[in-house]
Amino acid sequence: MKRRDYLKNISLSSLGLAAFNPDLQVAELLEAPKVPKKVWNYGRTDPEKKRDAELFAKTFFNAHEMATIKILVDIIIPADSRGPSASATGVPDFLEFMAKDKPELQTPIRGGLRWLDSESIKRFNTKFKLISAAQRIEIVEDIAYPKKVKPGFSHGTNFFSLMRNLTATGYWSSKEGIKDIAYKGNVPNMWDGVPADILKEFGVGY
Amino acid sequence: MNDFQIKEAPKEYDVIIVGSGAGGGMAAHELTRAGAKVCLLEAGQHFDPADPKYITQLKWSYESPRRGTATTHRHFGDFDAAYGGWELDGEPYTTKDNTKFRWFRSRMLGGRTNHWGRISLRFGPDDFHRKDIDGLGDNWPIGYDDVAPYYDRVDKLIGVFGSKEGLRNNPDSIFLPPPKPRLHELLIQKANKKTGIPTIPARLSMLTKPVNDTRGQCFYCGQCGRGCQVYGDFSSSSVLCKPAGMTGNMDTLYYAMAREVLLDKTTGKANGVSYVNTLTLEEKIVRGKIVILAASACESARILLNSKSDRFPNGLANNSGVVGKYLNDSTGASRAAIVPSLFDRKTYNEDGVGGAHIYSPWWGDNKKLDFPRGYHIEYGGGFGMPAYGFGWGIDSVNGMFADKNGNKKEPGGYGKGLKEDYRKFYGAYVHMAGRGEPVPLESNYCEIDPDKVDKFGIPVLRFHYKWSDYEIKQAKHMQDTFEEIFHTMGAVPMGDKPNASNNYGLAEPGAIIHEIGTVRMGNDPKTSALNKYEQAHDCKNLFCVDAGPFVSQGDKNVTWTILAMAMRTADYIIDERKKGNL
Repeated sequence: MKRRDYLKNISLSSLGLAAFNPDLQVAELLEAPKVPKKVWNYGRTDPEKKRDAELFAKTFFNAHEMATIKILVDIIIPADSRGPSASATGVPDFLEFMAKDKPELQTPIRGGLRWLDSESIKRFNTKFKLISAAQRIEIVEDIAYPKKVKPGFSHGTNFFSLMRNLTATGYWSSKEGIKDIAYKGNVPNMWDGVPADILKEFGVGY
Repeated sequence: MNDFQIKEAPKEYDVIIVGSGAGGGMAAHELTRAGAKVCLLEAGQHFDPADPKYITQLKWSYESPRRGTATTHRHFGDFDAAYGGWELDGEPYTTKDNTKFRWFRSRMLGGRTNHWGRISLRFGPDDFHRKDIDGLGDNWPIGYDDVAPYYDRVDKLIGVFGSKEGLRNNPDSIFLPPPKPRLHELLIQKANKKTGIPTIPARLSMLTKPVNDTRGQCFYCGQCGRGCQVYGDFSSSSVLCKPAGMTGNMDTLYYAMAREVLLDKTTGKANGVSYVNTLTLEEKIVRGKIVILAASACESARILLNSKSDRFPNGLANNSGVVGKYLNDSTGASRAAIVPSLFDRKTYNEDGVGGAHIYSPWWGDNKKLDFPRGYHIEYGGGFGMPAYGFGWGIDSVNGMFADKNGNKKEPGGYGKGLKEDYRKFYGAYVHMAGRGEPVPLESNYCEIDPDKVDKFGIPVLRFHYKWSDYEIKQAKHMQDTFEEIFHTMGAVPMGDKPNASNNYGLAEPGAIIHEIGTVRMGNDPKTSALNKYEQAHDCKNLFCVDAGPFVSQGDKNVTWTILAMAMRTADYIIDERKKGNL
């Protein structure tokens, strides 16, 4: 179904259903990959539940933008021996949610993705999603270093810095990212100070 | 059916308390135990961190779709226990003459005690009579010895950990054992042996040992700010309001936004409170023999200023004209740094309690400095749970430090090398924040905005607040001190050092959320609204037990003193009732 049809048909679809499971409903209507139903249950107030339901009922990025985001976040955080790639931990879906939660992110990301496609078309005659891995890196190299911005690349560099920040936050706060960084807390325990071997290593004690 | 008649409950209470934060909770706790029939008005909703429908404690970042970041509903993040923030929908406030003030409000049982850092410091003897020492501001009408017995009782009732230090102006409490410092805290303590800045165990209200059989012991998740499901820390909702309700002597009215204190025209005494039910928008009245305001310094001032009558044309208990004046918030300035010796360190669980395990009480001699009042330092750092914001700004650090081979990276980047950088810097940051005492000024105030009302039709507050040179010079001293400590411990400060162009990083008034002074105490009814028992000079059955009565801020956080003073006032009320004076 096309977006226009979706908009036309929203009044025909069961509003109750849309409110009941909005993310699934919207994903289906837009022919995007299905978002598994997730229950968010962490002490929300009524106004918060209402706001979140409204956010989940909307879709911001289109399929092309989501595909480009997926490529980009995996360039920023690829899989390695300690953890998976950013997209494998759900970073694209996280970005989709954040763009709705913090609307001030919408134009910088959408515009940045357009900038990226435009740059790709200038150099390689097609969109970023369709060029080769080596060609993508060629563009990324020109926008990945904010202290050494090439003339004419400040907008692309700003966009890439924002994507680096969002990707890092999304990856490291995911279940896999928290395991990767080896955070050991968030469990009831009995704190009795820094482990002895570490005290020794740092030459401090109690 | 539309019924515009104001609904009045038939019952007359002994005491009406407006607000369920530290002061209101303590008044409710003490008065219900003494057998008084109490009506507690709370502008927001119920909250109980042990009830699964409110629990955010021990949730993982990824259990929030926004990974814990702040929303308009919770300004301190998606998991924070405190609802609300500096802006509330439909409840505006304004400022005057291009000055700035930010007003944090939490509409819920327990109010802002659901948010606070639980830093539980007694005022010292000097803090009650600063005017005698530096000639600025005013003295309190009471001294440390008047409050000390109540501090003792608060310590035992609520529980606070710390260490006996015998510091003259930072009096010891009756302490539970303090938790051992974390690694970065040990490094700070070691550095401060060289700088000479005293750095002692923190004094926080978490139960490292049980104090009674209704509250559990701290289990060191470091998440006090989310509310504790075993009540192992202090918040007014869990520790005061809940047991007050269990006496059977208290009715708690939720969604009850106070509009005015009502006056008996013949006796000149307060005889009730009018309020708006924020859900139904009905106007209601509750009657009582005694009214205690504990709505927060600014909200209590607002209620008084809005309670106008022929007898009190400037607002109730405001014959002096001081209500709203002498508003002051703690000063605050901070700085972060990165500690190369902590790069790539082995991880372990160092959540500890929800806050620093150490702090530095004020050590300076203001007679030798160019600012009159002191501050204390709060420290941060360690292996936190990654949440929204984690890894942000890596490009400001990953080009700073050479690798094993002596090579420095180009800042920023991407890919596997970048991924390694986040691991390398994890747990290597330290943070310092100064919290200091300003000089209270008559020219810093809140008043009723003549033009605006909130969505309930209640006239809103308008603020006028400017820091003086005293506070700016104090912030400069904080920044110099932070750098001295950072350099001594081999840490590299982040960003540019705040300077004169930005007031040395001095936070905007209201940002630290320690407002006091708007309903101040004093012996002279011409220059104060309340007497030394927090009782209105002009209206004997009206009291205020939040931080509005405080004459000065101290270089301490004020909550422990709010609690002790509210307990003292409750004792006074009980005593006066017995004598037939109230």
